[in-house]
Formats: sequence, C-alpha cells, structure tokens
Amino acid sequence: MITLSEPLLELRGIVKTFPGVAALQSVDFDLLPGEVHALLGENGAGKSTLIKVMTGVHAADAGEILLGGKRIHPHSPSDAVNLGISTVYQEVNLAPNLSIAENVCLGREARGPLGIRWSDLRRRAEIALDRLGLKLDVRLPLGSVSIALQQMVAIARALDVSAKVLVLDEPTSSLDANEVAQLFGVVRSLKDQGLGIVFVTHFLDQVYELSDRITVLRNGHKVGAWRADELSRLELVTNMIGRDASELDRTEEAAAGVAATGEPVVSAQQIGTRHGVSDVSFDIRPGEVLGLAGLLGSGRTETLRMVFGLDKPDMGKIERSGVPIRRFDPKQSIREGFALCAEDRKREGIFPDLSVRENIILVLQAKRGWLRKLSFRSQSALAGDLASRLRIHPPDLEGSIDRLSGGNQQKALIARWLAVEPALLMLDEPTRGIDVGAKFEIMSLVEELRQDGGAVIFVSSELPEVVRTSTKVLVLRDRKAVGMLEGGQVSEERVVREIAEGGA
Amino acid sequence: MNRAALRERLPVLITAAVCVAMYVAVGLRFDKFFSLRVFFNLFSDNAFLGVIAIGTTFVILTGGIDLSIGSMMGCASIMAASLMQNGHWPAFAALSAALAFGALVGWCQGALVAFFRLPSFLITLAGLFFCRGVALRISQESVQIDNPLFNSLAGFQIQLPGRASITATSIVLFVVLIVCMFVARQTRFGRTIYAIGGSMASAELMGLKVRRTLIGAYTLSGLCAALGGAVFTLYTSSGDAISGTGLELDAIACVVIGGTLLSGGYGSVFGTLLGVLILGIVESAITFQGTLSSWWTKIVIGALLLMFMVVQKLIERAAARSR
Repeated sequence: MITLSEPLLELRGIVKTFPGVAALQSVDFDLLPGEVHALLGENGAGKSTLIKVMTGVHAADAGEILLGGKRIHPHSPSDAVNLGISTVYQEVNLAPNLSIAENVCLGREARGPLGIRWSDLRRRAEIALDRLGLKLDVRLPLGSVSIALQQMVAIARALDVSAKVLVLDEPTSSLDANEVAQLFGVVRSLKDQGLGIVFVTHFLDQVYELSDRITVLRNGHKVGAWRADELSRLELVTNMIGRDASELDRTEEAAAGVAATGEPVVSAQQIGTRHGVSDVSFDIRPGEVLGLAGLLGSGRTETLRMVFGLDKPDMGKIERSGVPIRRFDPKQSIREGFALCAEDRKREGIFPDLSVRENIILVLQAKRGWLRKLSFRSQSALAGDLASRLRIHPPDLEGSIDRLSGGNQQKALIARWLAVEPALLMLDEPTRGIDVGAKFEIMSLVEELRQDGGAVIFVSSELPEVVRTSTKVLVLRDRKAVGMLEGGQVSEERVVREIAEGGA
Repeated sequence: MNRAALRERLPVLITAAVCVAMYVAVGLRFDKFFSLRVFFNLFSDNAFLGVIAIGTTFVILTGGIDLSIGSMMGCASIMAASLMQNGHWPAFAALSAALAFGALVGWCQGALVAFFRLPSFLITLAGLFFCRGVALRISQESVQIDNPLFNSLAGFQIQLPGRASITATSIVLFVVLIVCMFVARQTRFGRTIYAIGGSMASAELMGLKVRRTLIGAYTLSGLCAALGGAVFTLYTSSGDAISGTGLELDAIACVVIGGTLLSGGYGSVFGTLLGVLILGIVESAITFQGTLSSWWTKIVIGALLLMFMVVQKLIERAAARSR
C-alpha cells in the first residue's frame, strides 16, 4: 500500500556529466517509506549513475538529495551507509575469504580490550540473517556458499545498520526461481517494516510482482513515474525503449517453420567430461539455431566450453563437416571456424583499455597471424561496417570500449566474431544484463545470420528468448541432455516440461 | 573443525608439519641438535628476519608487495649505529629515530599505493633504492657500537638450563609475533587487511576504510623492517649500510612458505614465523654438517618455495572442484 506520507528519499534536478557523456540531465526521483520503487531503463539510460549518486559513489554536478527532508551530501558509500542508504549490488561485493559473520558485521563489530568480540559478532550476524529467515553456520567462509546465499548475506549486511533506504541493484541476475521467491519474501517483509526500497532489474515479471511504483529513465532523462498497477507492460516497454513495442514481436513469426537442409556443420556425439556434462549430442546444419535451455548450473556453459575446446571432452566426439576434431584447444577451434561469445563479457570478453575498433578486429588479426597486419584503413573499414550493421552506439570506433553500455559492448563482441565469418557462432547469455532494445537487436541479428545460412548456438536463461530465437532446442538438466525439441515442438510449455520431466 | 575451515588452514598445517619433520630429521642426523640451546638459537639468530617477514606479511595479505624492507633494515641499522657513535645520541633516542624513519618511509609508500593506486611493486622498488642510498650516504663503512646502555641491552639474556638463553633479540621477535598475531586476528584493522586481500573493490563498497588500512599495512611493514634493522644492530653490535641486501626476497619466501598467498587475503602471521624457522633449521643443519657450502640454504629454500606454491595451487583447485 502506498500511504500518503512525506518522501523518505528525494532527489531533485540531479545532473551528472562524464567526459563526453551527459549521463543524467536534471533527473528527479522520490521514494516513500514502505514502498518498492522500481527504477527502469535501457542500458545507458542512467540508472546506474543515478544509483551511484544516491549511494555516494559519484557526486552529482548539480541537484540535491534529501533524506527525511534534510539535505545530505554522501561522498562515499560508507558515508551513505551511515546516513541510512544501503546498497546490494548485482555482483556480490563482499570478501569471499572472510567468514559469513565477518561479512555481515565487519566495520561495525563490537570490540573489547581483547579486540573483536567474536561471540557478539557471530550472534549479531545470526540475528541479521534470521531477519531474512536464514539459518547458516556463520563461521563458514563466504566463498564456500552459493551465490544466492552470498547475496542474502549482502542484504543482511545492508540491514545490519539502521537502514532506511535499501537499494537493490539487479539482485536477481544470478538467482534461480526459488531463490528469487525467497528474496522477494524478504523484501516484502522489509517493506512492511517501513523501509523504502529502490529496485533495479531487467526482468519485467519481477517488476510487476514486487513494485508499487515505477520510474523510467531514458538517455539520462526521466520519462515519468507511475503506479505499477496503472502502467501496462506495453506502455512500460514503449517508455523504456522509446519506440513502438509491436516491433518486438516480429522475430517470433520469422524463426518458425524453416527446415534446414544440408550436411551438419558441426555434429557432437555423446560428448562429456568426467566431472561435468555428459551425453550431449546434437547436429547443426546451415540455417539452424540451436537453443540450449536449462536451469542455472544445468551445464549450458560447460557444453559450449567443450565444443569450443576450452575443456577437453573426455568422451564422445565432435565432427566438423564430417571430420572428427582431434586437437582441442581454442586456437584450433577458431581455425575450424568456431566462435564463442562468453557469458562474462567483462572478464572473458572485452579488453577494456582497447578501442572499439581494436576489440572488433582482434580475432581476425590473431587468425591472420601477427606478420600479416591489417592496415589501419582496412581495420577501420571492417570495424565501421560491422558497427553500423550491428548498430553499435555511439559509433565512435576509436573510443575505449569501456565507455559503451553493456548492450553495445555485447554487440562489439559479436562483431569481433562476425569479422572472421565463423561456421558456428556460440552465444552464451548474450542478452544478460542488457536493455530490452539491445536484446531485440541481438535476437534479430541471430535471425539474420540464420537466414544467410549461418549456424548458431544460443544460450539464454530467458526461456521466451530461447524459444523465439531457436529452430531447435536442446534441453539440459543436472548436466545431462534430457531432450531435443525441433521445429513445431519448440514452445515454452514443451521446454518447461522437458526441463521438469524430460529424459525420464 | 568443519571442512571449509580445515581447507583454509591446510597450507599452514602443511608448513607446520614440514617444519616439525625437518627439525626431527635434522635432529636425528646430528648429535646435540636436540638441545634447548640450539632451539633458542634458532630464534635469536633469525630474529631480524622474523621481525621483517612478520611485518611484511600484512602488506602481502592486502595483495601488495614491499621490496623496500631489506634496504630499510640496512638503513635503520646504520642510522641507529651512526647516531649513537658519531652523533652521541642516547641509545633509545637513536633506535627510536631509526624506527620512526622506517614508519615514515612505509607511510609514504602506503599513501602512494592507496591514493594513486600505483603498483606497490614499483613504489617499493623506488623505496628499495632510496633506503639503500640513504644508508650508504650515512656511512659506507660499518660502524662498531660501544655505547654502554646499548651493549647491556645487546648482552641481555635470560639464562636457561643447558647453556641455553633467551636473548634480547628473540624477546623482540616474540613480542612482535604476539602483537602482530593479535593485530591480524583480533582488530578491525587486521580483518580489513584480509578483506582488502579478498577483494579491494568489495572492501570499498562494504564501507571499510581501505586507504587508511593500506597505509597502515605499509607503515607497519616499514616499521618492522626498521625494527629488524635495530635487532640486527643488537645482534652484531654494529651498523652496516649494506646489511639486508636481498633480504626482502628471503622475507617474501618465508611469508609464502608460511602459507600466505601472494594474491592476498589468505595467510597468517604465525605461518610466517614457521617459514622463518624452516629457513633457520636449514641454515643450522648446514652449519652442523660443516662441509656443505652455505649456498645450499638457497637451493633448499628455492625447492621448498616451489613445492609450497604447487601445493597451494592444488588446494585451490581441489576447493574449486568440490564446490
């Protein structure tokens, strides 16, 4: 329920400019006590910047922040925490080497003449976790528990101080459905305790499940704020991407009903590793998109790593145009025409200090060898061509890739592989953490590649995306292939059923 | 103890096992090695290295490195000796000045690392040259000390049965050990050092005082290096500008053998002491043997270092697999 009360947190006319980019242009935002307020927008809309301003990471160039009616100037995250604004980030920002108890309490633990009072600290951590309905051995090192639990520990830490405002920045990205439900239960009870919660996410279902109000940002401007029950999904998406949402449906019709012909480009026969995935088989012909579906940890990434030669399969064989591959290393795989866009684009994808052009031509140059250097002119021409084809924005090829938003970095990575014209393009979660518009563009791109006779393996945690994009879907569960759906069989319902009970 | 905690302590347990095994093996091989006298000599002969290695453990736990400690030892040693002999300073004033200098240089290095995010390797490499330069500028000759108070301090020892004794230098080592173990385990400063080693970015977002703690770690390392210099001066009753050349590498080796990861976050002060003792046992074994060249120490330490790094990697892999 939204009560008529004074805003807990109010941001007025926030302006923030980075060199060359106006990240926020006079943005207002307000948060009432006891509400969940979703902050939405495409990548590059200014969400992260706004969050960073309210949590003291960045100082605003202009504008003011009021907490409980008083002007505040948080100049560091710890300052914001002391004022009562705590943040839980997408990545777990805790120390994996310390105990859970320390991660909850470190920095504000009780101390006596003999230093830290460990029994007090543990009890306090247990109480904080108890508030979230969790019972854990708080002496365990944080790194030894699952990411979901680590996330809960991060929330417990945020709540351990007298938080008034809790900012959840993409908290659900690495959680499975049960864990999300658990988290939401926690958030609701905090809301009932009168906390104001700012909720940033890419999952629209979750927005409607949890939020009371929605504020949408686009290109550094505030588009508007609505009550969640007064804003339809279509309106929301239209506001977020600033164009007609009916475009989004186009891919759905396109992918269906095209039967691929010809010899398989790649054929995997019962491949597996001793400690990992087993019994995975598939063929991919030109003009096919193979979707890999399954829950977190079902073995999707492991399968791609094996096909790409990052992990050597201990059993089974992989054939490329009918010829078995003997040597498994990524260099050989690239020579065979395999391409892999890894899931973790920051760590395994981009070279943040290199320019967009350099990032794009990297694999092509590596494949040619260092002796046959591409001229600057042909590099620029090629990168420029790919950048415009994939609509990389801003089209500044010489700027560092770090400046691009997540979705545009992803497109640059795909461009890197398209430059070598791969026989098989593997995309591991290409749509994770990027905005709706970019997701749509990437799915359309896969469709284009398919129609040009390319072969693609597409992995995504979002089932609708897999179903929409793929001509056939391999379903994995607990590191085993449990079903293959083809053509007309591909539907969300069927995939879910296979995940649940396939292969039995 | 649960499995996760056991796995974390495994490196230091292995080090402890190796240390005991070596002590026993050497003792069985040579007569009189199992005497109280030899045992306590292990501490007094290696007190300066122990103090320095323990201090620099904190820097390594943050994921940094301090290369200036060997030079700082020489610098503190010649500074204290020269102030006493040539400047006629009272012993305590001279020693305090040397310690203050060590802390100051450490503080500056820490500030550069913390505020400018410069790589600690380069900052402390500069510190290495600077300190050695200052030391040689003070005196190129070694300086014998005949200060009565200093000499009584250097000669101080607690007699034990069997001609064994606890010297002033080993008392300093024990005090440093206990204080540093307390700091690492029981203080917010110590725990923050571990957090920084686990993930510096996280430590910042957790609202911990990262800069202040980093500066503290380098200051402590510099202070302990200077204290090591003072201990060395007590041990030899002289100051020498080129003492401690290359000692930073011995100290780092002891820290790593003691189970501390160079990438930071994991390790212990006590482990470092074990690393120093292992080095000491190898050295005294070679002395007992009598004919082997002392360079064998280096060969054994090299082999041990290699072994410990491989063992750590294997533990890390096993941990990753069992998750």
